[in-house]
Amino acid sequence: MSDHLGLEVKKVSKSYGTAKVLNEVSFEVRPGEVVALLGENGAGKSTISSIIAGSVNHDSGTMTWKGQDYNPSSPGNAIQKGIGLIHQETRLLKELSVAENVFVGRMITKNGIVDFNKMNSLASEQLKRLGLEISPKQLVKNLKMSAQQQIEIAKALTLNSELLILDEPTSSLGESETNFLFDKIRQLKKEGVSFIYISHRLEEIEQIADKIIVLRDGNLVSSYDNANIAINKIVHDMVGRDVDRIFPTIENESTTETLRVENLNSIDGSFENINFSVNKGEIFGIAGLVGAGRTELVRAICGADMITSGKIFVDNNEINISSPQDAIKNGIVMVPEDRKSLGLLLEQSNSQNISIANFDVFLKSGWVSPEKIKNFSKKGIELMGVKGSVDQNANELSGGNQQKLLISKWISRKPKVLIFDEPTRGIDVGARHSIYQVMKQLSESGISIIVVSSDLEEVVGLSHRMLILSRGVQKNILTNSDNISRVEIMKQATN
Amino acid sequence: MENIINFTKRVFRGTQGTFLGLIVLTIFFSLASPYFFSARNFINILDQVTVLGIMALGMTAVIIIGGIDLSVGSILALSMMVTGWVWDAFGVPLHYACLIGIFIGSIAGLINGLLVSYLKLPAFIATLAMLSAARGLANIFTDGKQIYGFPEWLTNLSVVRHFGFIPVTMLVFIFLTILCWFLLKYRKEGRNLYAIGGNPEVARLSGINVKGTTVVVYTISGFLSGIAGILLTARLNTCVPQAGFTYELDVIAAVVIGGASLNGGVGGIAGTIVGVFIIGVLRNGLNLLGFSPFVQGVVIGAVIVFAVALDTFKKKER
Repeated sequence: MSDHLGLEVKKVSKSYGTAKVLNEVSFEVRPGEVVALLGENGAGKSTISSIIAGSVNHDSGTMTWKGQDYNPSSPGNAIQKGIGLIHQETRLLKELSVAENVFVGRMITKNGIVDFNKMNSLASEQLKRLGLEISPKQLVKNLKMSAQQQIEIAKALTLNSELLILDEPTSSLGESETNFLFDKIRQLKKEGVSFIYISHRLEEIEQIADKIIVLRDGNLVSSYDNANIAINKIVHDMVGRDVDRIFPTIENESTTETLRVENLNSIDGSFENINFSVNKGEIFGIAGLVGAGRTELVRAICGADMITSGKIFVDNNEINISSPQDAIKNGIVMVPEDRKSLGLLLEQSNSQNISIANFDVFLKSGWVSPEKIKNFSKKGIELMGVKGSVDQNANELSGGNQQKLLISKWISRKPKVLIFDEPTRGIDVGARHSIYQVMKQLSESGISIIVVSSDLEEVVGLSHRMLILSRGVQKNILTNSDNISRVEIMKQATN
Repeated sequence: MENIINFTKRVFRGTQGTFLGLIVLTIFFSLASPYFFSARNFINILDQVTVLGIMALGMTAVIIIGGIDLSVGSILALSMMVTGWVWDAFGVPLHYACLIGIFIGSIAGLINGLLVSYLKLPAFIATLAMLSAARGLANIFTDGKQIYGFPEWLTNLSVVRHFGFIPVTMLVFIFLTILCWFLLKYRKEGRNLYAIGGNPEVARLSGINVKGTTVVVYTISGFLSGIAGILLTARLNTCVPQAGFTYELDVIAAVVIGGASLNGGVGGIAGTIVGVFIIGVLRNGLNLLGFSPFVQGVVIGAVIVFAVALDTFKKKER
């Protein structure tokens, strides 16, 4: 027993088979505190948060919560005691209303009949507490991603949660939405709610965290009592070596145009009248806030969505793109935003993933032999340095290697234009760097690259030129030089 | 010999569990019944599973792309009745009538495919509608009556044994099996089916014509049900509008026992054939032991649960 009012984790260990994923990890979270939990993928962050949230049992060690022994038997039990986990991908029931989502599993009833009025009013109370102007009767599927996340938080609050674990809460949020979330966190802190905050975006830790703890290979490698720690130092702790967030210098002097789009208009108004061109070997960035139409624009160029008007030229020849097939045939390919649902066949082998888009490249007759597939895929995997074998399933790879697998799928067919939508989302720092190096090599080999990213620093760091989008309207095309400031770009993008 | 073993291994790769199950069943019935283990009875079993097996080939492709085809039994009856009807009522020569029957079966499959990929109906609903409509049509042509008295050559397809043991119906089944196995394993179109079943959007963004392929797959399923209808006519020497009633259940069971996943992306012809034979051996063996068809139904239900549970369990182990 202790008189500690928050959460205390003492020497908690956990193994899966012979693999030790947590080794005597100890830390504490005091009421009203935001503790940033950092580490690379596989460092043990999600294991420790699952243990605290009751979905995984630990092997040894103890936890206390508000001075009592804490040993949650299930997530439900943890929630009852006031500890909730909010996942990276929201787990809401999209066809149900906001209020129903908030009260799912514990619907309020009156004489055995669900009392919608009461649920709506209670839900709306919590939404107001978060400063959200959302009707509790609205269906979740009609809400924006950021709003959906707030619903999860509102749900946790109606459960009287006093400790919330946020797993990558900002990975799908833009800058203003992130700030909004931070405001809410600060406000809840004042009410005594504490947070464990997991994120890959080290830049935002300083803004929100009170303490930092860093995990590496299941060990707690460092803990800091404040958040004013240089990012390099944190990265060093995470990776175990120095990795700078330095973008490779990529030379490009080509003036040969590869891709040009003229007056491109989307079918649903998400972008209008877009004009730009990309030269051979150039890296072309597309910057803008979430919802500015960036993803929609590149999806249209690679044939995933239809356009209503506009022309697309490759090597100065106008081409007609009405399906991804057309785009691929003309050498335009895309590594999509969401690897898992748009890029990979997760339950299938790496060789199937690489070969599926390339039968026309390595088969003359359309007859496939396992050997041909294997050889072709092996080359692709080696080309990108994917850590994995051709027979492994794609879901057994780490995020960074999955991304490399996707890239090797496309460069195996020697494309002219390679589009990256959010190339480093959810990828840890070490692997990010190698993705940047890959882009450099591709650019030097003459492939034109289009990069879309919510991470403004990434767009600025990589691109030769960049297009600024604001609510679907093309604001400017900037040529990269040292004097472009992030502030200036933000100003244009929010205009 | 070693070559044969290697080849067998390659064909049945990934189906070891069910293959083992088939062997265990065979041994069990061989011990339990003196009539089971004989060349003659094995030919019998092959004969009994011909119709089921041909439909299961198409169903395998449908299930691999993540779909389902509930209408195979009804399409079988439709093809059968169209064949008999145009022969009986219009005097169309029987071999042309058979082609017309198979053609109509393919059209029914085509409609399934169009409903699924262009009207975006869930496959379950689209083919449930076809199950009802095709069965209705099968009855309309002859007002529910049977047609019989076909020329001898039709019956001979299932009776006359070539090379001393094998009738044409079985040859057709064997030929189609090998053809489908090759197409699925060694054609790029076959490999594409697994991508579509794995994740249709990933497949589309990889340049695969998902809609077109879906239509073709359902059409093939209808086409094969049509052929099965003709072969069943040959076996029964009669056209019955009630033919093939609830066959879809056995067909889906065979494919699922063979290791295909209703989530799509997993499955294969070799597994399906093993599944078909497990059902065939069970029915035949239980018959020989004197169990009623009702008991057979219960046993097959248990086998489905057992096979799929084992599969799920194996996946968890990994």
